[in-house]
Amino acid sequence: MWSGFRRYATYRQATIAGSFTNIVFGFLRCYVLLAVAAGAVGNRPGGYDVEQLATYVWVGQGLLAVTGIWGWTELADRIRTGDIASDLLRPVPPVVSYLAADLGRALHGTLTRFLGPVLVGLLFFPLASPHRWQTFPLFVLSVGLAVLGSFGCRFLVNATAYWLQDARGPQMLWTLGSGVLAGLYFPLRLLPEWLTVTLWVATPLPGLLQTPLDVLVERDSPALQAGLVALQAIWAVLLLWLASVVQRRAERKLVVQGG
Amino acid sequence: MIRMRELRKDFTVRVKAGRLRRTKRTVSAVDGIDLTIEPGEMVGYIGPNGAGKSTTLKMLTGVLAPSSGEVSVFGLTPVPQRTRLALRIGVVFGQRSQLWWDLPLGESFRLLRHIYRVPPAEHETRLRRCRDLLDLDEFLDTPVRQLSLGQRMRGELTAALLHGPRVLFLDEPTIGLDVVSKQAVRSFLAELGASGDVTLVLTTHDLADIERLCDRLVVIDHGRVVHDGSIEALHARYGSRRSLVVDLDEPLPPDFALPGATVTGSAADGHRVTFALDGTSAGTAVAGLVAVASVRDLSVVEPDIEDVVARLYQAG
Repeated sequence: MWSGFRRYATYRQATIAGSFTNIVFGFLRCYVLLAVAAGAVGNRPGGYDVEQLATYVWVGQGLLAVTGIWGWTELADRIRTGDIASDLLRPVPPVVSYLAADLGRALHGTLTRFLGPVLVGLLFFPLASPHRWQTFPLFVLSVGLAVLGSFGCRFLVNATAYWLQDARGPQMLWTLGSGVLAGLYFPLRLLPEWLTVTLWVATPLPGLLQTPLDVLVERDSPALQAGLVALQAIWAVLLLWLASVVQRRAERKLVVQGG
Repeated sequence: MIRMRELRKDFTVRVKAGRLRRTKRTVSAVDGIDLTIEPGEMVGYIGPNGAGKSTTLKMLTGVLAPSSGEVSVFGLTPVPQRTRLALRIGVVFGQRSQLWWDLPLGESFRLLRHIYRVPPAEHETRLRRCRDLLDLDEFLDTPVRQLSLGQRMRGELTAALLHGPRVLFLDEPTIGLDVVSKQAVRSFLAELGASGDVTLVLTTHDLADIERLCDRLVVIDHGRVVHDGSIEALHARYGSRRSLVVDLDEPLPPDFALPGATVTGSAADGHRVTFALDGTSAGTAVAGLVAVASVRDLSVVEPDIEDVVARLYQAG
């Protein structure tokens, strides 16, 4: 995990550039959503008030680098080049070693990329502050589960390279799908209720971003708030289990590319 | 310690057979290998490109699952018991890196200590030995991506040894290295082998590696073992002969014959003649020659392992 942190800490300019991009897009998203709110019935689109929406956007922008839903192609690249052979020579299963490195990445993201957008949001917009004491621990737990879920999904998307050799297709699909269905482009609560419920129960994607944000802005009652986190936990366990099954299956048919 | 029985690895290759149709073809990379390697042996495992060397090594280390046959290392079956086996073997793939691209070399070593759960004192002792023998100190703080190939390979060797493996598998460890780096790697491996603690299995295309390091040579071709024995046994089997090259004041008469030797070449208008010694000693041949001709200079050339191996590959 520490090595994962160190590896990301090496690229300081990338960290600064990433934060800057997150902030610019934060402004864009925030103004669009506030414009939507201005035109919505009672100024509450999807059940969020203006402060909740602004919090949703800016904390979401900060969380992007923590859950890291995009941009991880290391496993697929190593499968394609055959370097995966080196990973298999370690006394640790690949799912465990990649997860440890990813937790290091998430810790680095939390310490360097989370606060920037949140502080900017706080400076320029009125943000909502939680009223219930349990929201804070629940939010931290929810972010942790989002990191695990995001890792599980990305591992599975990358692992398609075991069969396809090149995972660029699934990765493009993932980038597009995860952005929309994790609630990054707009809160999923803006969709019809039946679709929202289906997405939450049938896919892990809302758990990658929308759930921690909904928990933080206290969009739901305490019971539903806890229930959403429980659902996230179920998905996280399921995804990690699936990742290890897929990895074991892949090892049986593995062809190491390039000699 | 290492046992392979009827070990096979088949790969399926899809071949284009028409506009849309593709047919499957099975290629045997390893085609029934039987081999036993005892503790402390230093085995050179050679063969032409595509002979199945790396595939065998990957099956021995648990990276690839065999299609059929048996393989065991320390009594463990590599693929299902891969993580247990990993604690007891060290592997260097010359064309791949097991180090972390973004991290300084020293940091990679520290990380490996945690991954292999090596006690700090043991780790320190082994690392110090490698630092001394491989001159690592000057680039220990350099990120791996900035190392030269020779420096990286020295780092790879250290990384493979820090957990004290009993078997070291080396897949072309000197590939692409300059002469000085090759010598450094060879001397290090020779010292390691001489201690007798480590069994060494080495694949290479550089036969000087084998001559310097290995007392046993296994040659494979088309996935099968075509020779298993010492380098001397290979020479004896393929009739490699020592040569006697003589420079003469005058060319030899056309009907000249030297008992126990055959003329294999003539140059400089017959002033330089090469004889292959067919069992006779160089001394006897020289004595026979100086009796009839005026010899200005002479040299005895040992058989070249590359020639023997080239003949072996071509025969396959």
